[in-house]
Amino acid sequence: MRPILKAVCRAAVAGFIGLTAPAHAQTPVKSPTLDAVKKRGELVCGIDTGIPGYAFQDSKGEWQGLDVAYCRALADAILGSPTKIKFIGTTSKVRFSVLASGEIDVLIRDSEHSFGRNTALALDEPAVNFFTAQTFMVKKSLNVKALKELDGATICVLTGTTLETNIADYNRANKITIKTLLFDKPEEAFAAADSGRCDGYTDDGGSVAAARSTMKVPADWTFVPETIGGLSPLGSFTRQDDPAWTRLVKWVHFAMLEAETLGITKANAAQMGANPTDPDVRRFFGLEGNFGQLLGVDNEWSARIAKDIGNYGEVYEATFGKGGLGLPRGMNNLAINGGLQFLPTWH
Amino acid sequence: MIHRPSPRARLGQWLLLAGVAAAGWYLVTTAGDNLARRHTSFGFGFLADGGNFDIPFHLLSWAVGDSYAWALLVCTANTLLVSAMSIVAASLLGLVVGVMRLSTNWLVRNLALWFIEAIRNTPQLVQIIFWYTAVLQTLPGPRQSIVLPFGFLLNIRGFYLPSLDFGSNGAAIWWLAAFAVLAPILAWRIPLRRGRVGAKALALPLLACVAGATLVDHVSYPLLRGFNIAGGIQVPPELVALWAGLSIYGAAFIAEIVRSSIQAVSHGQREAALSLGLRPSQVLSKVILPQALRMMVPPLTSQYLNIIKSSSLGAAVAYPELFEIFAGTVLNQSGRELETIFLLMAIFLVINLLTSAFMNWYNHRVALVER
Repeated sequence: MRPILKAVCRAAVAGFIGLTAPAHAQTPVKSPTLDAVKKRGELVCGIDTGIPGYAFQDSKGEWQGLDVAYCRALADAILGSPTKIKFIGTTSKVRFSVLASGEIDVLIRDSEHSFGRNTALALDEPAVNFFTAQTFMVKKSLNVKALKELDGATICVLTGTTLETNIADYNRANKITIKTLLFDKPEEAFAAADSGRCDGYTDDGGSVAAARSTMKVPADWTFVPETIGGLSPLGSFTRQDDPAWTRLVKWVHFAMLEAETLGITKANAAQMGANPTDPDVRRFFGLEGNFGQLLGVDNEWSARIAKDIGNYGEVYEATFGKGGLGLPRGMNNLAINGGLQFLPTWH
Repeated sequence: MIHRPSPRARLGQWLLLAGVAAAGWYLVTTAGDNLARRHTSFGFGFLADGGNFDIPFHLLSWAVGDSYAWALLVCTANTLLVSAMSIVAASLLGLVVGVMRLSTNWLVRNLALWFIEAIRNTPQLVQIIFWYTAVLQTLPGPRQSIVLPFGFLLNIRGFYLPSLDFGSNGAAIWWLAAFAVLAPILAWRIPLRRGRVGAKALALPLLACVAGATLVDHVSYPLLRGFNIAGGIQVPPELVALWAGLSIYGAAFIAEIVRSSIQAVSHGQREAALSLGLRPSQVLSKVILPQALRMMVPPLTSQYLNIIKSSSLGAAVAYPELFEIFAGTVLNQSGRELETIFLLMAIFLVINLLTSAFMNWYNHRVALVER
């Protein structure tokens, strides 16, 4: 073909693509919360006031824990750095009011996903980061084998939680009376249980393990095998008026599960992302597809999470597993390994 | 000269009123918008819903599943109980410490001074938690309870008293109790011979107690059963810690009020009394205190209102009063923040207004009329 005709054809094709490209480009993700976070340059994350395993400050004053890791992953995905966060510690009494009022962007505070919170409190429940059940911790010397033996006993509980409701239901169903003593803060409840004011302490499985680690003689305490209230899925909460934000929080959790499924850890992330051939790994590292932009962030969001935070298994082991409170993976393993943590397909 | 406000002043008043009304309107509409955004509305219908929780200590009867409205009444009764106990204890202790503060004995005077300064200058919440941990750490468990005479038990779960069970005579007891409270008040002023019945009316409550004793069916003693003590009346350590914290804190302030009222009585009164040959203790009890006690009623009112409001600190030591149960459990279970906080503030407002109205009436009655 003659050079001028070639150039004209190329220009026409480029122009044609240029005109039709906007039709393929994504409509920008509309999310007031995401826009506010980007504008502020900082994520405001609601966490617990200080409980081993979920959210606690180490000797240097840095926040560590499972919930904290999720906050950092979210900040990393949106803003590119896991440290651009403001942590707001919330008590069990005020956590949902603080979220509903807009003071925090997301609540990741070992809170149970329940019907009432989804409907009456108008909150969305994006992801479950810890499956557990309400467990009772009593002194070994009391020799309690079954929960019904606790008839007449006094148990320390935190106020404003589903724990009270579960005990009330259990009492009614079994016609016994387990008395409760309500505390505002976990430290006060732990101190009362340790001093003997109550016969035991009850909370979700993770918090009870955390409580035992703070007792004067942890070996004196044992967990009653029977749990009440059924399965207790703990996870993040967002406001119901921002579905795009809820989606983003949900997929940050799934990104951490996908990293574990693909075998990507914090240590090998850089190496695995160098020249991947596996299409799943390529999609994870943003080399193929538009996953980030469809969520409102850039395409390296999941790669950053894997490099800076790690995958779900790593975070779990460091906080609740061998590096932390010593609980087995159990229900919190991936579904392919026999646990309850599943995720949709990554394409 | 009649003072009439100028037109400019009048205009200023109207503008201020308009400004306040505008601010109020803005707050109400913002709250309404926020509620609508969360798909809820302001309403008290939720009070009829059943409360699925337990109240550990209650004066009125409470069963799991009773309505939120009944929970409100039960918690108000708990708050009033601890407030009344603290007001009485704080007044007595404050009176004693205040008089000690003016003693001629160096040790007595300085003990009172150190007490007042230490208590007044530390936070009240810290003191309440201190009493709670002090009580908890020193008492033994239920299986090693301290057994006191007449069947009283003391352990970490509380102070247990034997309770009187009236069986089928329950209704008669309420009538006797009402009689014991009202009869002396009514009988005090009835003329008798050349004076009034006066202090003889105090024999009537004693009669009521004797009559009540005959109606007792059996006595229920607290005994160790399983995990806990069963039977008898339990005074939980939370109540004791809160009562101690509120009373001691209030007593420190009331002691200063007592001291200042005693010093406000004219010095000439003391000199005249001494010159009549009265002993110092008689001077205090017959001349100084009757005048001082009348003068201290208004500042005492503020202290009593403070004690009533500070009872909400009981939430820190797990005492089930209004703030902990209503603004905690009920707020979380029903999700109605605005309504519960509004009700809470309304109840405290009513209790405090009634208290200050009573104290003002009492002040008016006993105030010294000066020429």
